[in-house]
Amino acid sequence: MIKLSPTKKRTLFFVALGWALLLIGDRIGELLQYQGSFVAMYALAIASIILLTGYSGQLSLGHSALMAVGAYAGALSINNLHLHPAIALVIATFVAGVFGLLLGFGVARLSGPYLAGTTLALAVSLPTLANQFPILGGEQGVVFDVGLPPARFGEDFSMYKWFFWISCLAVLIMLWLISNVVSSRYGRTFRAIRDNETAAALSGLNTGRLKVLAFAISSGMAGLAGGLLVMLISGVSPSAFPLSLSFSLLTGAVVTGVYSLKGVMLGGLVLVAIPEIADSIVTRIGGSEGFTATLPGFLVSALLILAVLFTPNGPGALLHSFKKHN
Amino acid sequence: MIKFITAILTALTTGAIYALMSTALVLVWRSTRIINFAQAGQAVLSTYIGYEVTIRSGSFWVGVISAMIFGALLGAAIDRFFMRPIFKRVQGGPILMIAPVVATLGLLGIIQAIIGFKWGLTYQSLVAPVSTDGFTLFGRVIAFSPFNLLVVVFATVSMLLLTILFQKTNIGLALRASAHSPEIAKLSGIKVDFIRTLGWSLAGAAGGLAGMLYIPSSYLYPNAMDVLLVFGFIAAVIGGLDSLFGAVAGAMILGFAISFATSYVSEKLVFPMAFVMLVVVLLVKPAGLFSGKKSRRD
Repeated sequence: MIKLSPTKKRTLFFVALGWALLLIGDRIGELLQYQGSFVAMYALAIASIILLTGYSGQLSLGHSALMAVGAYAGALSINNLHLHPAIALVIATFVAGVFGLLLGFGVARLSGPYLAGTTLALAVSLPTLANQFPILGGEQGVVFDVGLPPARFGEDFSMYKWFFWISCLAVLIMLWLISNVVSSRYGRTFRAIRDNETAAALSGLNTGRLKVLAFAISSGMAGLAGGLLVMLISGVSPSAFPLSLSFSLLTGAVVTGVYSLKGVMLGGLVLVAIPEIADSIVTRIGGSEGFTATLPGFLVSALLILAVLFTPNGPGALLHSFKKHN
Repeated sequence: MIKFITAILTALTTGAIYALMSTALVLVWRSTRIINFAQAGQAVLSTYIGYEVTIRSGSFWVGVISAMIFGALLGAAIDRFFMRPIFKRVQGGPILMIAPVVATLGLLGIIQAIIGFKWGLTYQSLVAPVSTDGFTLFGRVIAFSPFNLLVVVFATVSMLLLTILFQKTNIGLALRASAHSPEIAKLSGIKVDFIRTLGWSLAGAAGGLAGMLYIPSSYLYPNAMDVLLVFGFIAAVIGGLDSLFGAVAGAMILGFAISFATSYVSEKLVFPMAFVMLVVVLLVKPAGLFSGKKSRRD
């Protein structure tokens, strides 16, 4: 039996997962492919929150705004610079990361509620800027078109399958990179800061700089997720990034358990499932327009509170304690 | 000259409303060390109650009083039946750090959803009790109406009452003592839990008043107060979260900055100006302009 290093094991895991997704993608219908793309996108966005909250102890409500930054950067580089969509997604990641870095110098060292409030202000104020620069297209926004799937995949290759491939590949690459980061020296220092900042500082870590770094990496991940989101809805506008998106991501992260990246897929599934569940509740019991429109928000909020109350450290911890009891 | 006077008067009106919101946030922060993001929901729900009462009774004033009473009761109920049990449950572990923020955010979502269930998402308008047409100054109509004047007067009077409560009464002393040092306050026989709930209900009443004074110039819908929550937070941070005086002063500074930036530079500067002020204050004087306390940075 060959002994593999943890890094190689992780890489193998991601390759296997990618292979499995490729096979799955061939065998499911278009709706599932489309929903699957959303699951992957949400999983990445949730992972960006978890990296920040679970690994470095910061709390951001501004990730919808950071996703918007990535989305607009990607859209502009396709529309105005005529770059390849893959490069546009890289640019989305990079621009959001740089934006997060600059913002991080200002705010990342703030503690809990201050950072939450400041990023909340960002999430509310940034989308309004879109109305002030004609290049961003105002309320209508701008299109984000990745083009048709290449002809060599054949005629049957649908747009949804193309979305599914792009989303899964981009998300897997990003998560593979991040899983390497969190198991590296940086990941250990992030966790050290989260668990005891004073001790971390006394051990010679530059906690301020590391927090800014964590914020920047997390912003980059959010930027890529934002680019994927607007690819799926084929256009970017301020209304695609409401404050409620930040809340949903936070819910996804808390449901997943903020201390582990392993469950992000579950969080993505939950976020995609909530509107579906709300829909089926409405068709079953009916209800007014207000009820229909607010039910998803209600479910998200209720889930957030229940998760904090009953599985504060994620479902994994609950299973663990259950095993211990027996 | 007219432009200058208008800018000042607008700043006073918006500043007065920001001040009520930031006071609400500071009252809760002082008593529980929580930034209450649900404040936007509490305030807007109280305003819906005030709106219903105004329509039924035909009097805006009865509406204001009911909104404030409902706000106070709701605030007390949230602390007693929601926040306290949550903090009993979530005691240890790293989740403690984010639990307060997450809990109030979840509550905000639930309150807004309940409003959506009951009243729908349509925009309602609350008719002001006095004219909202601007006064005429030197033969020109300015952007300051009798209703704006009423807003400023109401906010000022409620701030004065709050100051008297805090500085001149035993309850105020208990409120200050529990905010300053809960342990010692408890040892001196103050019922800290009760005082804490009282802080929440005062904040709820302030939020209800803010809603009733703001909505006539805007519309009533479930997310109507979200923006005010953000401005209230920024004002509170500018002033230093621990100080009631700072909350009002911060709100006035923010009101003036936004009003002058929008009337002299560009109408679109409302949010960028507010955000820039927040970041600048956090960078330059993180403890806030009016708080001598320790830095809030780690």
